[in-house]
Amino acid sequence: MPRLAGAQILFECLVREGVDVIFGYPGGAILPAYDAMLQYPIHHVLVRHEQGASHMADGYARASGRVGVCMSTSGPGATNMITGLATAMMDSIPVVAITGQVGTKVIGSDAFQETDVTGVTLPVTKHNYLVSNVEDLPHILREAFYVARHGRPGPVLVDIPKDVQLATMEFEYPTNPIQLPNERLLKKYAPDEYIARAAEMINQAQRPLILAGHGVLLSGAMDELLAFAEKTNTPVALTLLGIGGFPAEHPQCLGMMGMHGGVYVNEAIQNADLLLAMGMRFDDRVTGNLKTYSPNSKKIHFEIDPSEINKNVKVDIPLLGDLKMSLQKLTPLVKPNKHDAWWEQLRAAMEQDPIRDVLDWESPDGLMSEHVIHDLWTATQGEAIVATDVGQHQMWEAQYYLHNKPHTLITSGGLGTMGYALPAAIGAKMARPDAEVWVIAGDGGFQMTMAELATIVQEKLKINIMILNNGYLGMVRQWQELFYGARYAATPIFSPEFAKIANAYGIPGYVIDKRADVAGVLDEVRSSPGPALIEFRVKMEDAVFPMVPAGANLQDMIKREKVVQPL
Amino acid sequence: MKHTLVALVEDKPGVLNRVASLFRRRNFNIESLTVGHTDQPQISRMTIVIDSDNTNAYIVEANLAKLVNVIDIQDVTHQETISRDMALIKVRVDAGGRAEIAQLAEIFRAKIVDVGADSVVVEVTGDEDKIDGLVELLRPKGILEMVRTGRISMLRGNQARKESNGNGHYNGNANGQPPRDAAPSSV
Ligand SMILES: Cc1ncc(C[n+]2csc(CCOP(=O)(O)OP(=O)(O)O)c2C)c(N)n1
Ligand SMILES: [Mg+2]
Repeated sequence: MPRLAGAQILFECLVREGVDVIFGYPGGAILPAYDAMLQYPIHHVLVRHEQGASHMADGYARASGRVGVCMSTSGPGATNMITGLATAMMDSIPVVAITGQVGTKVIGSDAFQETDVTGVTLPVTKHNYLVSNVEDLPHILREAFYVARHGRPGPVLVDIPKDVQLATMEFEYPTNPIQLPNERLLKKYAPDEYIARAAEMINQAQRPLILAGHGVLLSGAMDELLAFAEKTNTPVALTLLGIGGFPAEHPQCLGMMGMHGGVYVNEAIQNADLLLAMGMRFDDRVTGNLKTYSPNSKKIHFEIDPSEINKNVKVDIPLLGDLKMSLQKLTPLVKPNKHDAWWEQLRAAMEQDPIRDVLDWESPDGLMSEHVIHDLWTATQGEAIVATDVGQHQMWEAQYYLHNKPHTLITSGGLGTMGYALPAAIGAKMARPDAEVWVIAGDGGFQMTMAELATIVQEKLKINIMILNNGYLGMVRQWQELFYGARYAATPIFSPEFAKIANAYGIPGYVIDKRADVAGVLDEVRSSPGPALIEFRVKMEDAVFPMVPAGANLQDMIKREKVVQPL
Repeated sequence: MKHTLVALVEDKPGVLNRVASLFRRRNFNIESLTVGHTDQPQISRMTIVIDSDNTNAYIVEANLAKLVNVIDIQDVTHQETISRDMALIKVRVDAGGRAEIAQLAEIFRAKIVDVGADSVVVEVTGDEDKIDGLVELLRPKGILEMVRTGRISMLRGNQARKESNGNGHYNGNANGQPPRDAAPSSV
């Protein structure tokens, strides 16, 4: 048995977990680990701010389905990663964060760069560990990856004091099976009896509707969902994070539900007599007013996390367990169906779709973000991986870029973290080097993490960046327009010339303000070998429609006024 | 209504903090929480009392089950249990009043465990109602100080705290069906 230092053991374990890329930033308390890293086949991506490291690990995980790893020093390095951990926590993303900590002898003494990192990250991680003894390190690291992946995934942090990184032990990689103390308490498979009851309920339904969430992707249940939906001819509505779990252009796909979902999608939810909620958690952004939510439906909840059952919406049958397994058992038990009357009703509603209407507009008064995104979709044939930031452009992406494939929309849903897009795209590109990767960001959010442009260059990554510059923190401005008497407090935002910023990093930059130029610039950028940034100067006071105001009834959507269209 | 949850947790640093942090973060209202050793080293036992009128017991249970360090969790509310609370109550009393306190203590099977110049300390064990009863009687005499341990509970009979129900689920109700009253009352 070789005698290894904790710092080496860290990488021995990471390599055995299949890790080959780490996003991080060095500092005093993590120096031994960085020194040991040189001996191992691991590529380190140097970020420009540790928030970027945690978002990159998250983007890497979303694009690949594997665990993303980020690393930082103690104190400020670790606290900078918190936004990324909280983002991953809300969206159930498997991430392992490694942080250096001051030596065990001085923990608690307010030593230089000491922060109680396991304390401050407790609510934003699925679990965390402070390693107090090198002998515990191999076991803890294995368990950390296991926890991150297992059940409902999530971020896990391992805080390793400097003296533990330096301490040595006879290293042997543990091979005993991992069993978490609480594992017995969490169901892996829904019981057959419940599956049978669910099948009966499904066979009797007249107006069933599938609500497909992120769980479809996390459980890898795309094929099973497709098989079930096609056999029963059930319509499918998607949450924001469920996008890609069911092909957007499939005739049974209704599109996105909720606050900025389709009018007919939300109507379908309100009119359904059976909701099949699959790996979604009835977030307030998809339910609106809970008191009036889908009043006449029975509800079957396919869910891995017991604490989600009856949390927001009371359900009739909970199917606790892995969605893929549940569907594999359920589909043979359900009868083939047509639901002609239900589809007739839905198709009639779909004819009047305010989202698609906009595509025919001439918009002589300015470039519309909706059109730019539509044109990107056309140019990339819906095949690109798109990382979005948060705001209006994010919702337009969800409305106008149709994703047929899983893991191609990388977006912060639960936390709504501005500054997410650029670092997440870097993570996605590292995970899927052959894929075409686009950033779609607003002028506000892009400025939060644009320092990572340097990371793109240093790593020689071909990432295409689209900034939809409307001169405002647009989504907030929209709320001010609709609900605060159009008083634009702190939402007009100055921006630098983004193209010149790009140029300063050696990245080609473009500025576009006419629809006629959009297709051309997209072609040019797509066919160029290196990264590029395009600033689109879009209509300033456009708004995302339709919209369910926060807490309103799902059927009471604000629609775009037809008169907005100048002729 | 009061719900009693019994949890077995790993006896490791920070575990109580994880439980407390969960309650605070999820806005759970806890009436009492006690922690102590069990017969097994490395396992502690918690008794948690919640008022299910404002905090949904199923959701508390389900969230506790998600903590990696929780080994078992059971809602024992609807089972035959013995529950005990203990109090130390320091009462102001002059020499002449001691007999009366002693009599009261006798009725409640409490003990006087310390006698000072003008105070006594009464130790009482029992369910919360009994202790509340004694406290109310002592209050007019002048309570100087009081401490209560909070409820600890155990199932009656030779039936030990139920191990896994074979279904891999913590909730007494088989098959993962949440109990009837599982709907959050605030919906
Ligand atoms: C870190 C962070 N701070 C604040 C917000 C609140 N917020 C949500 S959308 C938004 C405006 C985003 O503006 P921009 O990036 O320009 O995108 P747009 O809405 O204009 O497309 C703000 C401030 C947030 N989501 N995240
Ligand atoms: Mg903007």
